[in-house]
Amino acid sequence: MSSSKKIRVLVAKPGLDGHDRGVKIVARALRDAGMEVIYTGLRQTPEMVVRAALDEGVHCIGLSILSGAHNALFPKIMELLKAEGVSDILVVGGGIIPEDDIPDLKKAGISEIFGPGTPLDVIVEYIKTNVKL
Amino acid sequence: MSIDELVQGVLNQKRRYLARLISLIEDEDIQAMEALSQLYKHTGKGHIIGVTGPPGSGKSSLVTKLTAEFRKRSKTIGIICVDPSSPFTGGALLGDRIRMQEHSLDDEVYVRSMGTRGHLGGLARATSDAVRAVDAFGKDIIFVETVGTGQSEVEVVDVAHTVIVTDVPGSGDDIQAIKAGIMEIADIFVVNKSDLAGADKKVTEINAMLDIDPKEQAWRPPVLLTNARTGEGIPELVDNILAHLEHLKGSGLLQKKGLQRSRDELQELMKYKLTKELSQKLQGKPEYEKAIKMIAKRKQDPYTVAEQLIAEFLFSETR
Repeated sequence: MSSSKKIRVLVAKPGLDGHDRGVKIVARALRDAGMEVIYTGLRQTPEMVVRAALDEGVHCIGLSILSGAHNALFPKIMELLKAEGVSDILVVGGGIIPEDDIPDLKKAGISEIFGPGTPLDVIVEYIKTNVKL
Repeated sequence: MSIDELVQGVLNQKRRYLARLISLIEDEDIQAMEALSQLYKHTGKGHIIGVTGPPGSGKSSLVTKLTAEFRKRSKTIGIICVDPSSPFTGGALLGDRIRMQEHSLDDEVYVRSMGTRGHLGGLARATSDAVRAVDAFGKDIIFVETVGTGQSEVEVVDVAHTVIVTDVPGSGDDIQAIKAGIMEIADIFVVNKSDLAGADKKVTEINAMLDIDPKEQAWRPPVLLTNARTGEGIPELVDNILAHLEHLKGSGLLQKKGLQRSRDELQELMKYKLTKELSQKLQGKPEYEKAIKMIAKRKQDPYTVAEQLIAEFLFSETR
């Protein structure tokens, strides 16, 4: 019946961060893995990310950040999602994120963090395995 | 979520229910059709505006600026933007929202991106039903932005009341302007990027094409210059869009088009249902597989076999 069901992913760059090469490479890899990837561009507030994710009906949000503001912005996004009553969207992150910060981010609800050098297949597989369609 | 909840959610203007319904439509879920059949009587109110034209001609930017102008005039907005899906992987990169950031937190603007999922014609298969969902939700103006089109992706004409065809200066000579296809479907022509050299020439060429149309036209498509970056020409464009709607209403074309659309849609749905039913009945049947082999071996011809299979499986069994 729903044979045409597709994984929809929002890839977003929250905060003041102009480095978008990484996120474009990831977006391209997800596209090539057969997913529908919505990219909203640079400098998104947490509110904008959540609004876009809900309007677009995505199954996964991929956050990319290289500015160092992840400890503020990632949990804020999770908070807003919770306030909207959303618990079925998989949220993953990537960029320059120190090892020491990862446990707290995971506690806040980010499912996985992919650091520099992560093979693209690993990200694709992780999303395919963990999204709730 | 039950169908009734979904329907009530959409009618009560809850965005998440609208998002959910459009996802179900895209996934061709049976629930979508049930919800839409309940919502049907609440549709037909929105002004549907198609925006089509070649890639990079400024469609998304134009829709953004038009949205701003319509918001100034207190209209609520829905936007469905279509981008191509890969014919190889089925994946898609949907990037039209990037240009629409200025409206991203406006509660009266709903934006939805859509991959074509193998459908040709400039739209996705789900687009017209998604537009209907946004209509039921109660948006005054609904933009349908097609994929970047070439010459013959004209399906938007079946969905929209008003079709805007965008072009840019320097894109081909005056012969391009008299070719069939996309140039025939415009209710309004927009030459965007008016700051580029050759903008006036482009306007002249399109106007010259309209001049040699032998048919007596009650509505001659205006040819407008815009700059979607600065917003130049946008208020005039909105005035022309509204004038076109008035023309449709005043001339009785709106009812006429509505009737034609209902006829086309009904036929399309029946065709879809019949095809589906037939293929379900044929699925795995030995005589079907055998017939295919016979055709490949040139022992039988496909014309006769098609008639036979339809007579046997679609009509004899249901009678």
